[in-house]
Amino acid sequence: MPPEFSVRVGQALDNERLRRNIRRTMDGLVAKRRQAFPDTDELTVLRRRGKLIRGQALANLPDLLLELEANCERNGIQVHWAETAAEGNALVLDLLRRQGARRVIKGKSMVSEEMGLNHYLEAQGIQAVETDLGEFILQLAGERPSHIIAPAIHKDRGEIAALFAAHFPEYPYTEDIEGLTAIARRIMREHFGQAVAGLSGVNFAIAETGTLCLVENEGNGRLCTTAPDLHIAVCGIEKVIARLDQLPPLLTLLTRSATGQPITTYVNLISGPRREGERDGPREVHLVLLDNGRSRIHRDQQLRATLRCIRCGACMNHCPVYSRLGGHAYGTVYPGPIGSVLEPQIQGLDRQGELAEASSLCGACGEVCPVRIPLPGLLRRLRAEGVGDGPDAGVPGHGSRRKVLHRLIWSLWRQAHAHPPLYWLMTRLATRLRRLLPTGLGPWARTRTPSVIAPRSLHELARAEGFAHE
Amino acid sequence: MNSPAREAILQRLRRRTTGGARPAPENPVRRFDWSPEERLRRFTAALTAVRGEVILVGDDWPACLFSRLQAKGATNLRYAADTALGAELVRAWPDRGAIALIPHDQPIEACRTDLFTATDASLTGCLGGIAETGTLVLWPSIQEPRLISLVPPIHAVVLEADRIRSTFHEFLIEEDWAGRGLPTNALLISGPSKSADIEQTLAYGVHGPKELLVLIREGRAATDPHRNLPRDPTAALAGALA
Repeated sequence: MPPEFSVRVGQALDNERLRRNIRRTMDGLVAKRRQAFPDTDELTVLRRRGKLIRGQALANLPDLLLELEANCERNGIQVHWAETAAEGNALVLDLLRRQGARRVIKGKSMVSEEMGLNHYLEAQGIQAVETDLGEFILQLAGERPSHIIAPAIHKDRGEIAALFAAHFPEYPYTEDIEGLTAIARRIMREHFGQAVAGLSGVNFAIAETGTLCLVENEGNGRLCTTAPDLHIAVCGIEKVIARLDQLPPLLTLLTRSATGQPITTYVNLISGPRREGERDGPREVHLVLLDNGRSRIHRDQQLRATLRCIRCGACMNHCPVYSRLGGHAYGTVYPGPIGSVLEPQIQGLDRQGELAEASSLCGACGEVCPVRIPLPGLLRRLRAEGVGDGPDAGVPGHGSRRKVLHRLIWSLWRQAHAHPPLYWLMTRLATRLRRLLPTGLGPWARTRTPSVIAPRSLHELARAEGFAHE
Repeated sequence: MNSPAREAILQRLRRRTTGGARPAPENPVRRFDWSPEERLRRFTAALTAVRGEVILVGDDWPACLFSRLQAKGATNLRYAADTALGAELVRAWPDRGAIALIPHDQPIEACRTDLFTATDASLTGCLGGIAETGTLVLWPSIQEPRLISLVPPIHAVVLEADRIRSTFHEFLIEEDWAGRGLPTNALLISGPSKSADIEQTLAYGVHGPKELLVLIREGRAATDPHRNLPRDPTAALAGALA
């Protein structure tokens, strides 16, 4: 059983090396994004367009999924649907077994993390090899990604060098980043040359043409989707967009928001398996469309905005909470502001509702989101859902975070403000008996001067000045 | 494929979808009215910023490529055999003893080990370039498959200067990608493979090519930029009947 969220927060804050590593990366990514969008007017227009394109896709989601399915199948891509992570895993396992694969090489995919796919396949005797450099490092360390774009940023070169030395003693020890990268290249080459099955995620699935778009810098994504005979793509159902011409603005928003790059090294547009006469490429391409709670989120007009996300990670990079904790403290696949909004909806407020509290509501996440997801508003909505404010709209765990004492205090507060005599009595008592009130306000007062109640209320002072009416 | 999961997901999604389909939002084509020189300048600046190498060449490009590869220590070059570019290359290659030419004309099953372990460099053409981002558009085909541009450590590309457009958006609209139909694997390539996964420090040459060499051929009308595109049989028939 992992420690409580509050304990993990404490551990992360006490880890100076971790904090230094996270801080350095976050500051770098924030600066790169700022440089990538020099023209704020243009950014405003672009963000609005991104929001509308993703909004259109979600408004027409069932029809677009059918269009995507039809066009993929016309292209020879076989489409499968999974309601849950378990169903998705079983589908992938079945495809790998039919191919006789003992090993699958993987490009970076957050949906596969969400499914717990690696763990599941290992238990079934199939080795999943992460080929993205960051993910490869984490697989050696037995850790999960701490950031959705830069998964291993919590580690510095010294830690990575030690990890490589422990796992690959045949290579000379180096802390040189080019050197470490070269070792990973040599190890991975063998896998790329021999693998019979590859697995990837999807950045955008284009309904109009039945095309899967993947962006990456390393080339491992292309290798995983091109070199083996079988390519399986796993994709959340919300990743669909209607038209090919909607791709350029979204790509610009994604790569500039994520890492400040005008474009990634590779933009990979896959529209089918090897065709008649072609000399390479997989013989089968399968698309697994995963729901895992998304269709439930889709039903709520406000919460649906969660599904606009294009997974750029900008909200994390700009979050004062994330940039002090890193991703592991959240304890979920998706950390940061989008994780704090998405995970409670997928897993339930009873399990992850606490994450909605892990925000100062400073608003930075909403300001930088390339598709203008109102993250602070969604966090507030989930806080309210957690304590059962408002009708049950179907968010799992609605009301599970309600506490009797809190209810009582708020109920008294409301009564006092609705009934003048009660309000009068309360202010009278508070001002006259102020010396009897508790002064220790717990952690809140540790770094702040505790407030002192005035001897007279504002009402009394105003009356004394001659104001008869408020 | 019909399945209970599919029906259940679609049914849940449909419950909240009311009225007709929402139309596509306005999405004007992003493009710039740059002169050919400006496009070339921007393309070169953007690509060299991510460590792509750019050389301007004429019809003697095979000799230019040869000397560059020799300087890099390459001992062989794999090329797509049954293409116009491949024929030009073979015709003008200075010295097959110094840098051997390997025709890439077999299914991958027949040349996998060679491609992965014994190929130093490869040559492909491309559909065009994108000035804004320094991007090559590759359109793999039967003659010029997918892995040849990915596996060898050095990837050389011949780009016709007049095939550089201002933006990706302009490119795919002007050449009607959606209507024409996409190849199995259309690609945008901007520089050699790289990673910043360790301390956000850029390291080049991760899993794809370590070096990208772009030979820009100027002052020559492209023979047929869409030579690799699948032909529309009805259009061909109409042409024959006309």
